[in-house]
Amino acid sequence: MSIFHATGDTSQPVSWIRQRNRWSIFGILFWLATLLPFYFFPAYLGLANQVAIAALFALSVDLVLGYAGIVTLGHAMFFGLGAYTAGILSARYGWGEPISGLLLGGLVAAAVGYVASFLIVRVQHLALIMVTLGLGLLTYELANAMSWLTGGTDGLMGISTWQIFGTFRFDLWGYTAYSYSLAVLFLCFLACRLIVNSSFGLSLRGVRENVKRMPAIGSDYKWHLRKVYTISAGIAGIAGALLTQTTNTVTLEVLSFQRSADVVVMLILGGTGRLYGAIIGAIIFLIARDQLAGINPQYWFLWIGILLMFVVLFMPKGILGGLSRLIRREE
Amino acid sequence: MVLRTDSICKKFGSLDVARNISIELPRGARYALIGPNGAGKTTFINLITGQLKPDSGRILLEGSDVTRIGTADRVRKGLTRTFQINTLFPDLTPLEAVTLAVCEREGLSGQFWRSLATHRDAIEESHAILTRLGLADVATRPTRNLAYGQQRLVEIALALATKPKVLLLDEPAAGVPKDESAMLFRVVASLPEEMAVLFIEHDMEIVFSFASRVIVLVAGGVLLEAGPDEVKEDPRVREVYLGSGHG
Repeated sequence: MSIFHATGDTSQPVSWIRQRNRWSIFGILFWLATLLPFYFFPAYLGLANQVAIAALFALSVDLVLGYAGIVTLGHAMFFGLGAYTAGILSARYGWGEPISGLLLGGLVAAAVGYVASFLIVRVQHLALIMVTLGLGLLTYELANAMSWLTGGTDGLMGISTWQIFGTFRFDLWGYTAYSYSLAVLFLCFLACRLIVNSSFGLSLRGVRENVKRMPAIGSDYKWHLRKVYTISAGIAGIAGALLTQTTNTVTLEVLSFQRSADVVVMLILGGTGRLYGAIIGAIIFLIARDQLAGINPQYWFLWIGILLMFVVLFMPKGILGGLSRLIRREE
Repeated sequence: MVLRTDSICKKFGSLDVARNISIELPRGARYALIGPNGAGKTTFINLITGQLKPDSGRILLEGSDVTRIGTADRVRKGLTRTFQINTLFPDLTPLEAVTLAVCEREGLSGQFWRSLATHRDAIEESHAILTRLGLADVATRPTRNLAYGQQRLVEIALALATKPKVLLLDEPAAGVPKDESAMLFRVVASLPEEMAVLFIEHDMEIVFSFASRVIVLVAGGVLLEAGPDEVKEDPRVREVYLGSGHG
């Protein structure tokens, strides 16, 4: 056998694994940077709020797509379920307390995700994409047909969200909205970080790397997949509820195919399977849309298309994957 | 007997790939499964471990019927295999991959609320397995960067992490240069004594030096089961291997 030089101190396997999972300086700087809009771009807090919500949604998709390898084109159904749950709670039942609305939105989406997961784990590849797509379209039409509950194409009217903790009123400039969404994003990020760094996260990586080997090491991997799909649906639901609460409107757009597709584009731009990629992708996508739509509102998707092709061709692991390769080379 | 098969039969279309195969593996067995290409050796292992379902016959693990349960359940009961072609987790390090297998065995793999580093025992055990197989130095490199022979050892490490009572090794030294394959079989020879091992191997020198008993499979059926010396002298085996005659 040829002799290899070890990387790191291999006689301390536990500390090696702990070290892999610790915070990097880039992570800390990144989260500090998310506070910049408060001081430097106060006019863009509304956009920052949209970015935080999209990032949370992309984070939920990264769990299933990036870590467990489930390609989905219908995740907007869970985003929409969360959005409508929070909206209906306020518009139809007069309950506008944000934290409980957020949790209920997440729970409803997770419950539906759990049921759907039994179908999801039965299929692979193209059939899997079609099933996720079908479920997404089905939910959209269902919401459209149930206009007595959802408001149909007119959207859901009369939502009002109460003050957070009874203290922080949602203001016109979006200070509260962005603070709220950013806090929820950060907490969910911490949860996702714990999940992907756990033994469960390791199993998911095993599924992604070689699903056929999993039974041969005694793994009931379908249960892992159902579990992560349920968690992901719950987080997507929370993201949807956030959108409802910070904008006080829900339209059918929250369930649209466009939203399911956009979130996958964000993930590919940022890089899958690394959590931060989801957030970076959302930032780039929404800022590009905002700026490009200002130049020409009709054709902005052309530029996203060009950017997407550039990234896929030259940075197959996404922008974050490309960056981390550059940094490693410099070291 | 730890493992017994009762008249296992399997057809692919009209082709018999397993004909009434009945074998018994006692505790501590070091049995070799040999036979010409296409004799159905790998198919037989697939049947035992559940990748394939037999048309008829039974598989008994420590007396209990496992014919109808899935591969993962058989592994959890102690019936594990390795693969002829590396079937690994390329982007995981051996330490992670073996820890994954240990966590699956211990029922820890569903815990998403605890950091992996808190499963100290699983990680230490995984590291001990890798050290025993001489992989400690490369335990923290991505598996895809390992030398081929080392990857063959990771195959065995993954299987050992499931704490098998019966270990089926499908050509553990496939594709490995001859001097290294002897090293691989020294690993096989040093496996825990109580474990029952059945291995497929083409190199007769290795078969006769490591196997206490040899099962010869030809065209999906058992031609002969005997000690190595007897198999060496058997005219039918010679005929099959040397191709004298058209049997």
